[in-house]
Formats: sequence, C-alpha cells, structure tokens
Amino acid sequence: MSYLIGKDMTGGYGGADILHGCTIGVEKGEIAVVVGPNGAGKSTAMKAIFGMLALRQGHVMIDGEDISHLKPEERVIKGMGFVPQTNNIFTSMTVEENLEMGAFIRDDDISETMQQVYDLFPILKEKRRQPAGELSGGQRQQVAVGRALMTQPKVLMLDEPTAGVSPIVMDELFDRIIEVARTGIAILMVEQNAKQALHIADKGYVLVQGENRYTDTGAALMANPEVRRAFLGG
Amino acid sequence: MTGQGSANRYRTALLFSAMAVLLALVGMIQSWNVAFTLLNLCLISAIMTLGVNIQWGYAGLVNFGMMGFTALGGLAGVLVAVPPVTEAVAAGGAGILIALIVAVITVIAAVFIRRRCAGSGRRQLWATTLVVVSGLVVFRLVLDPAVSIIEAIEPAKTGYLGGLGLPILLSWIVGALMAAGVAWVIGKISLGLRSDYLAIATLGISEIIIYVLKNEDWLARGVKNVNGLPRPVPYEVDLQAEPWLISVSEYLDISVIDASSLIVKICYAAFFVVVLAVLYRLAEAALDSPWGRMMRAIRDNEVSANAMGKNVTARHLEVFVIGSAIVGLAGAMLTTLDGQFTPASYQPLRFTFLIWVMVIVGGSGNNAGSILGGFLIWFFWIEAEPIGLWFISAITAGMADDSWLKAHLIENAAHTRLMTMGLVLMLVLRFAPRGLIPEKKR
Amino acid sequence: MIDLLNALVLITNFIIVPAMTYGSQLALGALGVTMIYSVLRFSNFAHGEMMSFGAMATILMTWYLQGQGVSLGPLPTALIAIPVGIVATIGLVIMTDRLVFRYYRRIRAENVTYLIVSIGVMFFIGGLIRFIIGPNDQVFTDGQRFILKARAFKAMTGLNEGLAIKTTQGITIITAIIMVSFVFWFLNKTRTGKSMRAYSDNEDLALLSGINPERVVMITWIITAALAATAGALYGLDKSYKPFTYLSLLLPIFAAAIVGGVGNPVGAILGGFVIAFSELTLTFAYKKFLTYLLPDSMAPSGLMQLLSTDYKIALSFVILVIVLLIRPTGIIGGKTL
Repeated sequence: MSYLIGKDMTGGYGGADILHGCTIGVEKGEIAVVVGPNGAGKSTAMKAIFGMLALRQGHVMIDGEDISHLKPEERVIKGMGFVPQTNNIFTSMTVEENLEMGAFIRDDDISETMQQVYDLFPILKEKRRQPAGELSGGQRQQVAVGRALMTQPKVLMLDEPTAGVSPIVMDELFDRIIEVARTGIAILMVEQNAKQALHIADKGYVLVQGENRYTDTGAALMANPEVRRAFLGG
Repeated sequence: MTGQGSANRYRTALLFSAMAVLLALVGMIQSWNVAFTLLNLCLISAIMTLGVNIQWGYAGLVNFGMMGFTALGGLAGVLVAVPPVTEAVAAGGAGILIALIVAVITVIAAVFIRRRCAGSGRRQLWATTLVVVSGLVVFRLVLDPAVSIIEAIEPAKTGYLGGLGLPILLSWIVGALMAAGVAWVIGKISLGLRSDYLAIATLGISEIIIYVLKNEDWLARGVKNVNGLPRPVPYEVDLQAEPWLISVSEYLDISVIDASSLIVKICYAAFFVVVLAVLYRLAEAALDSPWGRMMRAIRDNEVSANAMGKNVTARHLEVFVIGSAIVGLAGAMLTTLDGQFTPASYQPLRFTFLIWVMVIVGGSGNNAGSILGGFLIWFFWIEAEPIGLWFISAITAGMADDSWLKAHLIENAAHTRLMTMGLVLMLVLRFAPRGLIPEKKR
Repeated sequence: MIDLLNALVLITNFIIVPAMTYGSQLALGALGVTMIYSVLRFSNFAHGEMMSFGAMATILMTWYLQGQGVSLGPLPTALIAIPVGIVATIGLVIMTDRLVFRYYRRIRAENVTYLIVSIGVMFFIGGLIRFIIGPNDQVFTDGQRFILKARAFKAMTGLNEGLAIKTTQGITIITAIIMVSFVFWFLNKTRTGKSMRAYSDNEDLALLSGINPERVVMITWIITAALAATAGALYGLDKSYKPFTYLSLLLPIFAAAIVGGVGNPVGAILGGFVIAFSELTLTFAYKKFLTYLLPDSMAPSGLMQLLSTDYKIALSFVILVIVLLIRPTGIIGGKTL
C-alpha cells in the first residue's frame, strides 16, 4: 500500500462528478506524476487528496490512516504539504517571512528547517529579505515550494509547478524537486508538460475524464506508443 | 406565480394602509397641521428614495452624494425664482461670467493636455498641473474683484446676484436638470470606481458642493441664507381674509390661523402627490421595459453583460444621471416648501444616510417599496422624539423628580432616534435584507 | 538673516506645528481604517463614531479622576484616562463585530453590504454617544496649556515672530509616534503581526497555512479600537469634544488612507501628513512670509493666499477625489481597486 493514496475517488465541486473512481498513490522518496488532457480532472484529484473538495465515494489514506474527513489545515498537521498553482506566495512579504508563515503551525525552532530550505534553494537565501512579489516566476515557484517544505511534510503535492515558466527554469525546478524527493519526501505532482515530467517520474498516472487510463512507471509510459501518440506528441 | 403576485400586492396594500393609519393617528393625537407637515416631508422623502433606488436597486450603484444633489435643487429654487439684484448683476455679473468661462476653458485645456501627453506619465502630470494651476490663478484674479463688488451691495439684505425672477415651479425642472448635469460630470469621471470608492468619492463631492454653497456668498448668500422665496400656493395671511376659509375653520372648530396653514399644506401635498404619482408611473414603466430588463441583467452579472456587448458604463451613467435628477427635483420641492434656502441645513446624516435607510428598509429594487420606505422612516425619524420622550417618561415615572438620571434620560431622549435608525437598518439588513417590499420577480 | 529666521519661525508656528499635530491625528485614524480595510476588506464608515466613543469614555474617566482630585501636574489628567478609553472602545468594537459583522463574514457577503451595515453601526453608536454624554461641547483639558509660549520664545530669541507649542500638540505628536511605532513593530516583528499581514495579502494561502481567521480579525479590531480611541481623545483634547464633529473627520481620514495607499500602514501615516500639510500650506496667507523674504520693493500687498481658509476641509475632499480618479492605489500603492 502506498504511503499516500487516494483510492477510488469519485466526486466534484457540487454539480456533476469530475472524478470517477480514480486512484492515485505515492511512496516515500518517490516522484509520482499525474498527467492527462485538459479537463481530465488532474487538479481536481489533487485537491480531493488535499481535502479541498468533498468526495462522494472513495477515501484518502496517509501511512495507513484514513484522513478522508479532515480539513486541509488538519491534513497539513498529518504531514501533507501543498503548493497551489496560482497565488501560492505572499507577494508583499519577504522571502524569509514567507518561509516563516509556511511554518506557522509549528511552535518549535524552525531555523534548522529554514537552513535546509536555503540549502536546497540557494537563490532564496540570497534574496531572503526581498519581497517575494519582486522575484522572477521561477524563483517565486521556489519560494512556494520552500514555504510548503517548512512544515517538514512527509508528502509534498505540487499543482502544475512549471505552468508559465520558461524551459530552462522548468529544468531547474525539476532538478530541485528531485533533490527534495531524495530527502525522503514523497512527491505527488500534477503536470501539463507531460513529457518532461514523466522523464523524472518514478510512477505516472494518466487521467482521462476523471478515470485512470494508464498507470505505470514514468519510463514505461514514455515508451508506450499509445501514450506517446495521445499525450506526448508522438 | 399569480398567487405570489397577488400576495405581494396584498402585502403592499396592507403596509400602505398601515402607513395611512399612522399618519391619521398623528393627526388625531397631536394635530392635523403636524400630520400634514409630516405628510409633505414624507412625500418628498419618498421621491428622493425613488431616485436613490433607481441607482441602487436597478444598477447596484452606491451614491452617497444625495446631500449635494438636494442642495443643487434648492439652489435652482433661488436662481430661478428670486428677483435679480440688478445692481449686483450690472456691477459684477460680467466678472463672474468671465471667471466661469476661464474655469471651463481650464478644464477643457487640462483634459486636452492630459490626452495629448498620454504617453509620458511624468510629462502629463507636469503639464496638467501647470495648466490647472495657471487656470486657477487667472480664475481667482478675475473672480475675486467681481465677488467683492457683488457682496458689497447691501450684504444684509442681498449681497448676491439674485435669480431670474421666474415662477418657482419652474425651478423644480431646473433643479432636476442642474442635478442631472452635475451628476453627468461626476458620473463620467467616477463611475469606474469600485463601490466603496464610489461611495466615498460621491460623499466627498457632495461635501465640496455644500462647501461652495456655504462660502460663495455671491451665488446664494452662503450661510446668510435666502429667505422669502416666492411660492406656488397662497399665503396663509391672504387666506385668513377669505370668508370661505373662516367658515371652514368654524366648521372644523379650529382657529383661522390653523385652518389657513392646513389649507396651504394641503395645496403643497396636492402638488407633491402629482409629482410622485407621475414619477412612480414612469419608474414602473421603465422597470417593465426592455431597458429595465437590461439594467437588471447588468446588475446581476456585469461580466457577462459586458461580454454580450452591452455598454455597461453608458447604462450606469444613464441611471446615475436620472436618479440624481430625481433627487435634485426633490431638493427643489423641499426648498419651495421651506420657502428658504439654507445651505447649512444640508447635513449628510439627514440627507444622505437617512435616505439610504429608507431605500434598504423599503425594499431595494422596488419602487413601491421605496415610497413606503421614504414614508415610514421619515415618519419615525420625526416621531421618534415624541414617542421616545413618552416612552422614557413612562419608564422613569417611578423615579424621583430630581433624580439626575431621570433628567438626563429625558433630556437626551431625542437622541434615541439615531440609535433606533441604526438598529432598524442593522435588523433589516440582517433579517430582511430585501426590505419590506422586496423586488418583484419579473 | 534675521528676516530669514523670522520667516522660518512664522512657517513653523503657523504651518509646521499645526500640520504635524493634525497629521498625527489623521495618521492614527487612517491607520485604523486601513487596517480594517486590509484585513476585513471594507471601508468602515463607523470609524468616526468609534473615535468619538473612545473620546467620550476618556472624558467620563477624566471627569471622575478630576472629581477625585487626581491630577497630573502640568500634563492633562486625560492622559491617565486614555487607557480606560481604549479598553472601553475595544469592548464596544469587539461586541459590534460579534453581533453585527461576523454574520456577514459567515455568509460571505459582498463588500457593499458591509458598507451599508457600517452606516447602521455609525447611526447606532452616534446615537448612543449623544444619549450618554449629550450633544454639546465638552472641554476636559487641564494642566498647563503651553509647553512653549510665544512671548517666552520671543524673549529668548529676540525675534519678531513667536513660536507657541501647546501641551496638547506636543502630546499628540509624541503619542502618535509611540503608537505608530508599536503598531509597526507588532506587524513586522511578531508572529501574530506577520500572520495578519499574510492574511491580508493572501487569504486562501493564509488559511492553508493554519492561520486562524477569527483570531486575526479580533486582533485587528483591538488595534484599530486602540488607535481610534487615542486619536479621538487626542483630537478632543486638542480642539474640544463635540460628538457630531467626528462624522466630518471621517472624510479627511478616508482621504488620508486612500491618498497614502489603502491597505498599506506606511501609506496611512504618509497620507495623514500629506493631507494635513496640504490643507495648511495651500490655505495659508503668505503675505507676511514673503514680506520677510523679499526686498521691500517687492513686498506683496494682497494676502497671497491660494485658497481661502474656508476651504481648508474641502481641500482634503478635493485631494481625495483627485487621487481616486488619477491614482487610486495611492502614493505608495496599497491594494488596488
């Protein structure tokens, strides 16, 4: 059983269901990537796992514990970290303050964790007194990820982290994400840039219309001719 | 659907009857003169509320500048009906005219320069500032001497330009037009603002208008006020000499003076009722028309209305102008009723915020609701004093006569009306946000 | 040289000192308004009455203290009473939030609704104040009136122009500095203060981070109440206390907050002083000033006044309207439309 798993998830935002019995899981230290066409329900699945929408059926378990009824803030306490796609930093606050706010629910000494984040993202240390809104797109994403890491999560979920950044920045971001996974954190990522994402993925989920269409290792999916034709541009 | 419609009509009829009963009670318990004074002001308040409701209920615009438009209506009364002070006009009229032309030229030039330099922000700022400041200087140079001349002419009695000497009923229309014109300017420049900014801006602009009226004596005597405005109804003194009035007063068993004053008030009431009825018909017709439907569509979903190609800004401007014109009309009517123009009497609490209480309580988006709201809230605003006094006297009846608390409570009983209004507004917003007569589903 | 000094003293006495005082009062008021705007996201039209309430509570306490024979020597007794005024206002404000505003947060009401509700609150508190203390003028200053008297100054320096500093002016400026510094320290250096800034910056992300919204709201109201009560009391000390003046203070305060940049604390302070200095410099009669500076042949005959003193308050409205139209984000740039 995966460390984090959303099993047989069925539900939506109140009207029609968007997810139809979809299952997504990830192990510690593993990178799992969710790809699929627009409207497939990728972000919805992630939000469901984080508790931002109610599931009609199915449940979410972390380390064997059922957390389907917990609110997002409570799931953070259980070890989940979430990086939204947009509006994911406090633009008027400095980089360091953003990290401090990331660790808000903790009441112990956060300086060590902050140092770890700075080690992972050296540019953040350099710009730590600058307002986060003044940073470039890629650097802001690093702030967003760093912010989520401040609670020392066991699972980090990223919603389209490379949306709107240049290819070079995307490569750098993925490098960082691999580093984060290496520290033993499970990474669950929804991505639009399927090819590049599957490249670094240990496990890949291809969702179509709220259902699992293909599930396999990243490499296997990239080699799969049907997947290539439909989602990777041949 | 018909069931709901007739239930609503039944409710409306009931509420209005209740209102009539209240007024009748005042007539019987206090006096009929008081009741009719109340009625006249209720009618005027109803018209103001109608105007505000057109902006708020139809289009969701928050206009806190009612005080200014009412004052403009009053100013129209002065400018139209007062006989001209020929000496002043001859001496300083030209100066004033030139100054006003300078002002208009400055504004046009400023707008023009702003547009010309639209590319460079800093240059635009400097150029515009230069134009405005130099225009202001020239304006003052021309205006000041003219003003001192005019104000020097018999300041105790006149000291201003006077008016056109036309019938005062004309001022009602002129008042509406003046308010419409000013509203157009204000709307053109500030309707793009978000609701609370619009509210603050309109409040600020109305304060500026009152300020100008209070300080520019040459215009309408400022705080010296203009008294003795001509009126469209007979004077009490004249009536008291009429034999038919004397017989009426004997029949009703009231003094001749009271009877004459009653007749005068009834005459005013007749005028006001006609105006209100006409406005109501027009407003209802507008609501039912395609224009009304479009306004509601815009209010309910501005984004999609915009996407469908409806010119939202133009519609908002229309509504803003029309609503403000109605408030201006009411202002002219009020000044006619008062027989005098008192700039200092235009306070935001009474003329702006109280009207808003009327709109909310009566029913946003419903014309009959606005009229009811106007009546009801004005009624309680005035009657709160005697009612509050009676209430507190009853409560403190048990207390010793020289108790400090009792004296204090009775002395300040009048202020409970502020508290009551606040409470009413908060309660309505919380428990009946659509008002007493909610908007009809069409 | 002497003329230059005289001119400087003239400006200091008639413009700089009064503007600093008035600016401090506006800044305190604007800071409160801007904090409510940035956290609760509405313009609180009841703010003037909250200031009035704080002043009233301070006055009542001052009278009590004076009645007990308590005095602070040269300083006004009201200084001791101000903390009581603050506590009373905090109580009022929290109760109002609990009973009135919280419901609308729960139903996620529109911005306009809060505006109109705050009008109701304004009516109610205004009536309550008049009911308790009556509508008349109340003077409650005592102690020494002047820190520095004009005559003493002239004797000290031998200059023609005198510089007078009233005790209340000095107190206002010093208190404002203390309170503003405290608020800034709180917002920038404490965890709670930072959480408030985070909540104002990005509500969803703040909730996600585990920041408790009701706690943030309550602390905002507490700070605002303290600022409002202090500003109200200081204003009443400096001028005199009359309940209905506070409604007319509301617009200059909104003007200050908007001019500086709504939602931005630094902007509120800046805006307060911009408005105060504009009001005074643009309506001052520079005749004497210019007479000192220019050679005798060029001495002006007219008053040399750009706008008449009557327009002093109207000026803040004009500045407000101009800023709203040209640059609604204000000088520093707070939250946009």
